[in-house]
Amino acid sequence: MFERAPGGGVALTLSSDERALLVGLTAELRSLLEGETSDPSLRRLFPPAYEDERQQNAYRELTGDGLLGGRREALELLASTAERDSLTAEEADAWLRALNDLRLVLGTRLDVQEDTFAGELRPTDPRTPAFAVYGYLSWMQEELIEALSPG
Amino acid sequence: MSTTAAPAEVEVEQPRGVEDYEQDRPWIVIVWNDPINLMSYVTLVFQKLFGYSRAKATQLMLQVHNDGKAVVSSGTREKAEHDVARLHAHGLWATMRQD
Repeated sequence: MFERAPGGGVALTLSSDERALLVGLTAELRSLLEGETSDPSLRRLFPPAYEDERQQNAYRELTGDGLLGGRREALELLASTAERDSLTAEEADAWLRALNDLRLVLGTRLDVQEDTFAGELRPTDPRTPAFAVYGYLSWMQEELIEALSPG
Repeated sequence: MSTTAAPAEVEVEQPRGVEDYEQDRPWIVIVWNDPINLMSYVTLVFQKLFGYSRAKATQLMLQVHNDGKAVVSSGTREKAEHDVARLHAHGLWATMRQD
């Protein structure tokens, strides 16, 4: 899926279905980020830095736009490079962050816990398709980490 | 350069109050365990953001995983806030407090 390429980038081998899935998922999260960032499924993307409310408000004031902008950029970059067969190190890093954001939001919606995958999900469970996507994204991210990890 | 004598600046030694010591105490950055971020991802982020070796990053990641949290950096308030923001940009659950 991802292989380390000379110069720090990665080569990617993905089917057109996989690329289409990624583009669709990033579009969905991008549109969610256009709205209120207080949406419960986004809470893991904007965690509090401080316990103290006043300090936390100041932190959000200072960093909120930057964090939101960085997330949007990474998602846009993933969408615009989804058809490519190779990524630079910088692009691969944006993919890594975008994949992680997709997993954070989906995992929050699915209320993923440490033991979530200990048991088997019944095929009739309405969450099964979403869990399959979550599992796929996790596997993909693991592959990308492997290709990017320094020795 | 003027040779005119300027009024001498008198430096008054102020006794150090509690607040001064408060400001000296370093801030620590804590990363909390969460069920979504992959262990390999957390390790890679520690290596990337703090320049830690793979061994040190793995040890910190395991501390987060096993103990529920780990202190990953410390320093001035500005530095801690910068580190927390970078961790948040990478989707890690980080908070900061004065040690």
